Amino acid sequence: MQPAAYTVDVKDGLLRLVATGDWLARHLGPLDADLRNLEDDSVGRELIIDISNIGRIDTAGAMVLERVLQSCDRRTDLSKIVGATAAHQKLLQDVRPHLAPCEVEPAHRNAFLMMTNRLGKGVLEGYYVAIEILNFIGLTLTTLLRVLQDPKRLRVTSIVYHMEEAGIDAMPIVGLMSFMIGAVVAFMGAKILRLFNAEVFTVELVGISVLREFGVLLAAILVAGRSGSAFTASIGTMKIREEIDALRALGLDPIEVLVLPRTIALVVFMPILAFMAAIVGVIGGGVVAAAAMEISPAFFVGRLQETIAMSNFWVGLIKAPFFAFVIAIIGCYQGMEVEGSAESLGQRTTLSVVQSLFVVIILDAFFAMFFLEIDF
Amino acid sequence: MAIEGTFEPVIEVEGLRTQFGDNIIHDNLDLVVRRNEIIGVVGGSGTGKSVLMRAIIGLKRPSAGTVRIFGENFYEKTPREQIEIERRWGVMFQGGALFSSLTVAQNVMAPINEHLKLPRGLAADIAAMKISMSGLPPDAGAKFPSELSGGMNKRAGLARALALDPEIVFLDEPTAGLDPIGAEKFDRLIVSLKESLGLTVFMVTHDLDTLHATCDRVAVLAEKRVIAIGALDEVRRSDHPWIQEYFSGPRGRAALSAKAIDGGPAEKD
Ligand SMILES: Nc1ncnc2c1ncn2[C@@H]1O[C@H](COP(=O)(O)OP(=O)(O)OP(=O)(O)O)[C@@H](O)[C@H]1O
Ligand SMILES: [Mg+2]
Repeated sequence: MQPAAYTVDVKDGLLRLVATGDWLARHLGPLDADLRNLEDDSVGRELIIDISNIGRIDTAGAMVLERVLQSCDRRTDLSKIVGATAAHQKLLQDVRPHLAPCEVEPAHRNAFLMMTNRLGKGVLEGYYVAIEILNFIGLTLTTLLRVLQDPKRLRVTSIVYHMEEAGIDAMPIVGLMSFMIGAVVAFMGAKILRLFNAEVFTVELVGISVLREFGVLLAAILVAGRSGSAFTASIGTMKIREEIDALRALGLDPIEVLVLPRTIALVVFMPILAFMAAIVGVIGGGVVAAAAMEISPAFFVGRLQETIAMSNFWVGLIKAPFFAFVIAIIGCYQGMEVEGSAESLGQRTTLSVVQSLFVVIILDAFFAMFFLEIDF
Repeated sequence: MAIEGTFEPVIEVEGLRTQFGDNIIHDNLDLVVRRNEIIGVVGGSGTGKSVLMRAIIGLKRPSAGTVRIFGENFYEKTPREQIEIERRWGVMFQGGALFSSLTVAQNVMAPINEHLKLPRGLAADIAAMKISMSGLPPDAGAKFPSELSGGMNKRAGLARALALDPEIVFLDEPTAGLDPIGAEKFDRLIVSLKESLGLTVFMVTHDLDTLHATCDRVAVLAEKRVIAIGALDEVRRSDHPWIQEYFSGPRGRAALSAKAIDGGPAEKD
């Protein structure tokens, strides 16, 4: 087996290319540049390609030979391939009609234009996405109202399934994280408060921060990462496989069948998660207080009851369903926006997590201001 | 290139058993595919045609029996040797299985770039040729699979299967979903490539016209094994009820009579 090679000579103004060796795709790499130069030089000249000494040949080899031939002027019949066996002849014939190159990628335009275009698109998209999410919220709520008029249409099995998937299965990890955060807050707090001889205030620090903020935020962050993304991925895959269209065609409303159960499940279960996170977080703080400082559990609990107003606990819990709603809605919305490719699914899943975390934090800030104003 | 008339086997399946859990798909299945033939595999839906194809190309490990391809047992090779074998065949899956994040042309170029270090321009030219051969218009090259119709996806899958000029191509229902004119062009393309490149074709198909037009031999899959194999006329004479129904039903007869009067308009039943 010899790699492809060729020689060119000129006789009476006639170019003669003699090809030898095996003209197989894997041998053609080194020849391609030279052959293209030859094509450029031989435009308008007669060219005879002699393949009587050629070894094996595949479609790529045949294509290259034909391409060289066709690139010169073929008004006369002088340009041709000679010396082909019957099989080679057939291959050349098979290849001949298929030489036109085609685009590999969608056309690119001027890079600067593309950049400004992207910037503009990004800004506009931010605006449209905000409107579309509001739209989606409205759609979900009206669907909910419609379903509530006929409660039999509520998909209880599906709701329970998602409660287990997104709620109960998340409990260990949420509990663990919350415990750690409570412990860390107590530890850091104690270290600094000791400087002021005010170690006992660790109890207030842990109580207020965990009950009011950390418990529910942690639960929201983990749920957004675990379940928001899962919602996007599962609904997005259904979109790609045309299952959403199939639902519509069967007269089923995708919002009712897919979005509502997930949203309800999350909204109902998130307060439970937040509750658990808050309690476990406080326990984490208490354990550290008992282990690393001289604050006995009994004293910790007593002081907690004395100094921490119940409102702190309620503030944490009140926020939970709102966060859950936002996470579920954004997760489902992004799933519905998936288009065609696996790549789009990946992008949408990322967007879903990023956006829901962003909105959760913004909402949390608004809640903080609101509760501050009403002195709760 | 194979010499006409030799019966050198390229795929040998012996005593194959495949199963998913307790669900046995094939049991004691034997099949030999010869070099440079087009073998058509037929059988009812769910009889395991696709699974048989997957077992041969190393995607579904058999639970008993051996599969030899090019005389070698794929499943006993090191990963590096497996890659060497894999580049000698091309596969077109039932659903097309194009990479959705690449354009059609990039899909076809993927195996070329991966296995042959070719200059980009040449790879693009080869891809363009394969795309055109599979019957797609040139502007399909820059499109993404999600922008194509079902039939166009199939053709793009074929273009990718043919990209490396493989010795064997595996086609899973290549003409399902193609318009009749496209399907006929496809049949001609396959036969022509077989003749000029010495291709061996393993084709799963339900399409009786394709079977008549292209296949040298037909293997019928039923009862977890190959119940009949041979030239179409031989297989048709088998008295297995499924085969009788398949070839003597209205569609089977229509396809036959169309062939008998050589492409003339088939009579309606
Ligand atoms: N991944 C899998 N897990 C479990 N069972 C499977 C799997 N893939 C296939 N099967 C089973 O194997 C059997 C054969 O499937 P296969 O896809 O080979 O059918 P087929 O002959 O190609 O049918 P069709 O003509 O409809 O494509 C079916 O009964 C199917 O349920
Ligand atoms: Mg199948």
